[in-house]
Amino acid sequence: MTQITVRVDGQSYSDDVEPRTLLVHYLREQLGKVGTVVGCDTSNCGACTVHLDGEAVKSCTVLAVQADGGTVTTIEGIADGGTLHPMQKAFHDMHGLQCGFCTPGMIMASIDLVGDNPDPSEDEVREGIEGNLCRCTGYQNIVRAVQQAAAEMRGASTGAPSTTEAVAQS
Amino acid sequence: MTVTEDAATVAPAKEVGQARRRKEDARLITGRTTWTDNMVLPGMLHMSVLRSPVAHARITHLDVGAAQERPNVVAVLTGRDLAEEQGSIPCAWPVTPDMVNPGHPSVAVDQVNHVGEAVALVIARSRTAAADALEAIDIDYESLPVVLDMEEAVTGGADLVHGHTESNTSFHWVFDAGEAGTGADTEQAFAEADVVVSRRFVQQRLIPAFMEPRSVVVQPSGDNFTLWSSTQIPHILRVMLAMVTGIPEHKLRVIAPDVGGGFGGKLQVNPEEVLCLLAARRLGKPVKWTETRSESLMSAHHGRDQIQYIDIAADREGNVKGLRCRILADMGAYLRLVTPGVPVLGAFMFVGIYKFPAYRFECDGVFTNKVPTDAYRGAGRPEATFAIERIMDELAVELGMDPLELRRKNWIDAAEFPFTTAAGLEYDSGDYEAATQQALQLLGYDELRAEQQRRRESGDPVQLGIGFSTFTEMCGLAPSRVLGSLSYGAGGWESASIRMLPTGKVEVVAGTTPHGQGHETAWSQIVADQLGVPFEDVEVLHGDTAVSSRGMDTYGSRSLVVGGTAVVKAAEKVVAKARTIAAHMLEASEDDLEFTGGKFSVRGTPGASVGIQEVALAVFASHDYPEGIEPTIDAEATFDPENFSFPPGTHICAMEVDTETGFVKIRKYASVDDVGTIVNPLIVEGQVHGGLAQGIAQALYEEAIYDADGNLTTGTFVDYLVPSAADLPHFDTGNTVHAAPGNPLGAKGVGEAGCIASTPAVVNAALDAVRHLGVTDIRMPLTPERVWRAIHQGGDGGDRATAGSNAYGGAQTETTAGVSTPASALGGDK
Ligand code: FES
Ligand code: FES
Repeated sequence: MTQITVRVDGQSYSDDVEPRTLLVHYLREQLGKVGTVVGCDTSNCGACTVHLDGEAVKSCTVLAVQADGGTVTTIEGIADGGTLHPMQKAFHDMHGLQCGFCTPGMIMASIDLVGDNPDPSEDEVREGIEGNLCRCTGYQNIVRAVQQAAAEMRGASTGAPSTTEAVAQS
Repeated sequence: MTVTEDAATVAPAKEVGQARRRKEDARLITGRTTWTDNMVLPGMLHMSVLRSPVAHARITHLDVGAAQERPNVVAVLTGRDLAEEQGSIPCAWPVTPDMVNPGHPSVAVDQVNHVGEAVALVIARSRTAAADALEAIDIDYESLPVVLDMEEAVTGGADLVHGHTESNTSFHWVFDAGEAGTGADTEQAFAEADVVVSRRFVQQRLIPAFMEPRSVVVQPSGDNFTLWSSTQIPHILRVMLAMVTGIPEHKLRVIAPDVGGGFGGKLQVNPEEVLCLLAARRLGKPVKWTETRSESLMSAHHGRDQIQYIDIAADREGNVKGLRCRILADMGAYLRLVTPGVPVLGAFMFVGIYKFPAYRFECDGVFTNKVPTDAYRGAGRPEATFAIERIMDELAVELGMDPLELRRKNWIDAAEFPFTTAAGLEYDSGDYEAATQQALQLLGYDELRAEQQRRRESGDPVQLGIGFSTFTEMCGLAPSRVLGSLSYGAGGWESASIRMLPTGKVEVVAGTTPHGQGHETAWSQIVADQLGVPFEDVEVLHGDTAVSSRGMDTYGSRSLVVGGTAVVKAAEKVVAKARTIAAHMLEASEDDLEFTGGKFSVRGTPGASVGIQEVALAVFASHDYPEGIEPTIDAEATFDPENFSFPPGTHICAMEVDTETGFVKIRKYASVDDVGTIVNPLIVEGQVHGGLAQGIAQALYEEAIYDADGNLTTGTFVDYLVPSAADLPHFDTGNTVHAAPGNPLGAKGVGEAGCIASTPAVVNAALDAVRHLGVTDIRMPLTPERVWRAIHQGGDGGDRATAGSNAYGGAQTETTAGVSTPASALGGDK
């Protein structure tokens, strides 16, 4: 067992962990931060994405001991009190989720993406979230959500098309 | 009582049809979801499963002593330990009276029949202790011959998957339109036809790959058990688990909490659900099992996996005369819940939207040493749609006709509905021409055709192709009588109840059980309109057999069509009951009451009205109500549809094929679906997108491959290519709306449409791009290598994979145009 001290979603924790414990298992099983989920065992799906010291990481590829002294932000820590993060709001507005299992990781990866590229094109969004798999949405509404959130985060008016426009009924 | 304006004032805007943002998102976007794996119970133990690394073998030695000694291990159980109590995984669909079902133990007793089959369980105090102890189990196997190739498996003298059966064929199922009285004699139609085209198509094996791995928690409490599972079917699961384990049904409660996708993959009674329950019963402690992704890919059921021999007959003018299909459907090693029913369900859709005078379908269910197949999004209908939409293109080539012209010539015209097909189904409504015109516009068809021409003339290394899929599917599973006639073990009705709470809030209890489809939102919209209450005042409860006692669950694009209708019927009963009370409260005759916008008002007496939410409070008090009625306005309804619904559509794919690298790229994808009345356009569009992604993935990326020894070589997300955002195009989607006549909502179902329609459109597009280079077929998925080989070496490009693996395309028969296929019913083009 190794002792680590980590700040997670604004709260400080000090725990003994097995050296082999993955950050995602530490978050879920020791801290009860079950908002972050595990979708694979080969670091392909991105469902476990959190921010470690401000950078998006797949928490299944980071050992808990590597987070010692670090700051972790999960999906549970991005809303500001009762106010959703623009990315959360955009996923809701643009119907960027169905079952929602990929959503925590997708949102965390997207926030990181927009941090690096405040005005991503459709292709840039698609490539930027390539490491996160979604089986439900076909990604189109996720792309719209990320672009809408990006617009809001840089203070521009939303340029993304409304989701309903494409459903032209005859 | 509130005095309101005259009821004749404008009715509030309808909820149905609005793009309501989903209620369920609030918890999902903030990480406050209840996945099964999030559950922690006092004293909870963890189960880990040892799985067979070999495809076919006898277990000659199994010693768990050392594992039992590992720290924190509570119990190790083997097939022998559980042999008396584990029963068999049920198969609810014995498609023929003589179907062979070898039985399916949840944990192997003395023989394993596929890689990944459970052979022992460790139950320990932690997830890691359970997983660690697996390596201490000592097990030896004696190999048996591995059966993988269906075409070999059905030949005489083939090695057997199950030694105690006579052959590897589970069943032979036939539908013949001539015999059924729904069409002419097929043999005669073929004998008299000017043109016959025969093809062999391969529907590769796929993996549903829901994103949330399966997970089960069982809590024993006295002789009661509560089982949480990441399942699509809590109600069916409860009945089946009671039957399998002998736990009385009323002692078993099943809960599907938030479920992270299913796509048919969680329409199952899983061995691990049985095992977790048996372990918890034995140990008297809560037990949890959550699979790893690798476990999921190798042991959760797969989908598709058919070899299709298709013959189509037509006259020279392009009028289709007959269709004949012979199908080999891979069951895998065992029959699970609806394994044999999948190809049988598809049997009715091979004729597609076309007016075939004659039709014959034969299917063999074949055992192989692979994980069982079962429902995967579309379940039988994607296979059928692929076959008909591909062969229509082949026929068009043979006749020198435009593929769309050929379709138009043969499809059912809008004026001909309702139309009974040669397969005996009565299609309800649609306008294929209108949908097609809209899709052509969305695509920008003329411009792309012109570009295709330019590229062809200039010999551009990147060629362009356009592929069609004009289709329909059967949704709204299902009329119980029809299921009965097909020997399915249950009905297809759905149930809902509505509880009017004293404060006027509304609880809708649904028998359907969503896992991403947004029922909480859509059902709220329906009830808001029916009862005239605010959308926010409605709560939808589901997925817990103690809360929702009756239900048939969610699959087969049935929830809105059947379950939504049950909600409407329950609401109608609530209004009827409330009307009696309201009349009493208003001292008026029931006949004089009007109900609009949630208010009962007396016709001709302005101001005299009472809201249904106030009626709810009045019946709660029950101080004063008419004699002879019970003091409640709650109601329950069960709806059993008379017919399926048939959402049609036109999907068009424009595809670029780089002839030098074999790389394909979807240039544009347009789809117009007619899903009937749209309750929530946002959700409908999302369902179409998701379906398209999976259908395109079958065409381009995904295949579950077993090597010659029966090892799954696509056992992780590194090898099984679920597409990412970068792998998929933008979709241009639209709708035509023809309300379904079979239900009051007018809804037809949308969950599977995109997945069913898109696969052949994509493959047809790729072929259209390179057909002038002599390519007539390319095996799915269309990997660059296969495409390149098909262009440069002929064949379908599938023969690079290791001989003996199921990805090996060139094994027995030719697929090239004009070459006869020995296994085909007819034997080639005429
Ligand atoms: S769980 Fe971390 S990438 Fe899949
Ligand atoms: S919303 Fe279900 S996996 Fe993305």
